[in-house]
Amino acid sequence: MSEQPIVRIDGVSKRFGVQSAVDGVSLEIARNEFFALLGPSGCGKTTLLRMLAGFEIPTAGRIAIDGEEMTAVPPNRRPVNMVFQSYAVFPHMDVAQNVAYGLKVAGTGAAETASRVEDALAMVRLQGFASRRPDQLSGGQRQRVALARALVKRPKVLLLDEPLSALDKKLREDMQLELVRLQHEVGITFVMVTHDQEEALSMANRIAVMDQGRVLQVADPRTLYENPTHRFVADFIGQANTFEVEVLGSDGDEARVAHRLLGELSVARAAPEIRDGVVIVRPEKLRLDFSVPPVDGEVMVDATIEQIAYYGDLSFVFVRLADGTALQISRYNVNRVDRGDPPLGTPCRVGIHPEDLLLVATS
Amino acid sequence: MDYTRRWWLRLWLLVTFVFLYAPIAILILFSFNDSRRNIIWQGFTFEYYAKAAQNVTLIEAFANSLVIALISTVISVVLGGLLALALHRYRFPGKAGVEAANTLPIVVPEICMGVALLVFFAEIGWATGLPWPLSLANIVAGHVAFSFPFVAIVVRARLAGLDRFQEEASRDLGASEWQTFRYVTLPFMRPGLVAGGLLAMTLSLDDFVITFFTSGPDTLTFPVKVYSMVRFGATPEVNAASTVLIVLTVVLTVVAMRLQSPAKSGA
Repeated sequence: MSEQPIVRIDGVSKRFGVQSAVDGVSLEIARNEFFALLGPSGCGKTTLLRMLAGFEIPTAGRIAIDGEEMTAVPPNRRPVNMVFQSYAVFPHMDVAQNVAYGLKVAGTGAAETASRVEDALAMVRLQGFASRRPDQLSGGQRQRVALARALVKRPKVLLLDEPLSALDKKLREDMQLELVRLQHEVGITFVMVTHDQEEALSMANRIAVMDQGRVLQVADPRTLYENPTHRFVADFIGQANTFEVEVLGSDGDEARVAHRLLGELSVARAAPEIRDGVVIVRPEKLRLDFSVPPVDGEVMVDATIEQIAYYGDLSFVFVRLADGTALQISRYNVNRVDRGDPPLGTPCRVGIHPEDLLLVATS
Repeated sequence: MDYTRRWWLRLWLLVTFVFLYAPIAILILFSFNDSRRNIIWQGFTFEYYAKAAQNVTLIEAFANSLVIALISTVISVVLGGLLALALHRYRFPGKAGVEAANTLPIVVPEICMGVALLVFFAEIGWATGLPWPLSLANIVAGHVAFSFPFVAIVVRARLAGLDRFQEEASRDLGASEWQTFRYVTLPFMRPGLVAGGLLAMTLSLDDFVITFFTSGPDTLTFPVKVYSMVRFGATPEVNAASTVLIVLTVVLTVVAMRLQSPAKSGA
């Protein structure tokens, strides 16, 4: 990111009365990035997006788009366009009129409008739908209209508010790929708000995880999953097993921790400044074992199988350790022939590789 | 569908329709009655239509009513539409009070409103004897006063269904506030404005009490004129004039319904 970022959010806060929706957020979004704002409902992600669009004015802080100060510029004078969660397609206009709307109010000539509308409809694969009315379209098609309507304006940043939440599962998966394709094709920065971690992981180049108005971590999907800095991030993205540990001190880059069952270990830390916290490990990194001796460097702990949840491609095995810690272990069902699950209550051992453990901050 | 198979429900429906429409049907029928009295059917004639058409004061009253209805409807639609928009869009101190005040002209008995307007116009010394159509101004003002709250209520109900994101989407796409109102909000309000306008127009056309109190000695409207004619016995002439009015309002209503058919309403 040697280039100047397309969006620069600098210490932005937004309070509604006494309630703080966004609390001191600073972010830089690079040109041509597919950026996601991820968090549970009420975490402030939508408010942040609406501040980018100009529908909310920050209580504090500054927003610049492509180097230009935008903090208090009204929405109709910003080089950004938005796809609304409800799509907000104009019901009294046909598809072509909807798409042409932004050009019409800008006073674009008829010939140019016609060709740009046609291009935009082709881009979202809605050729032949120009004279349809919105009530004759499916939800997915209405969303494409909303996309074309925004893209026809050639914005510097396209804002998407929960773009897939109103679609059913199959369509949602298709649309995920479609949006990524579209972003590559038009080369416009996309900023998407979502509460769905899978959506964010599969679509975005970088993700900002938000909680209670703050950004906890900004990283690419892999880093977020493998190297979360906060317990919240680890829990929100994927599943995480947690060990309560006592942090003894530093061991080079790593942290020296002690656990009742695991003993003393050196574990990686998500960020060098983390002095205290919990140790997490992802379910697929644990090995469930009944007889085989530990492989190199593995720590083995005794456990009891409590429950098995079958998901087709994989199963989650829930076990409990002697000190009461619950762990979940995912196992791919690699064989078609059922070898039979071990009965519940079966004693077993869990193999943990210390390098899969990570010390994360609790807040 | 099951309901229509029960004979007593069908009978009930029939009775209801008879109750609602028999008086109107008889009024229209007897406008063609060839008799000075309006009681016994004597034969078919258009005579009373011709007579009504030649009755200069009746025609004048009719024209007055139409002009008053037209002007007061336009003003009511504008005022009511703006009020509905303000109540829909903004929160301000005393909003509940404004809303209550808005419904007041609807619930206040007409006779009180009529007396109030009479006193009001007398008190401010409203000029009388103005040339037509300025002489109708006080009646128009009175009609606007009781019709625009109806428009506001109808339009407000419509606006409740407006997705607020549509206005935001319009702004986001580069439209100014005026353009957003012109191209997004107003088209959405249109069915409400048309319905409210129709309501205002019918209220104005057939208003008797308030008009009676506010009109000067020389201004007659259709209902007031009909009343004075009926006092000397209801002749088929009155029926004929009323029939014309009924046909006119029915046609207006049908046209308005067509204008806001589902394809155009954008519901």
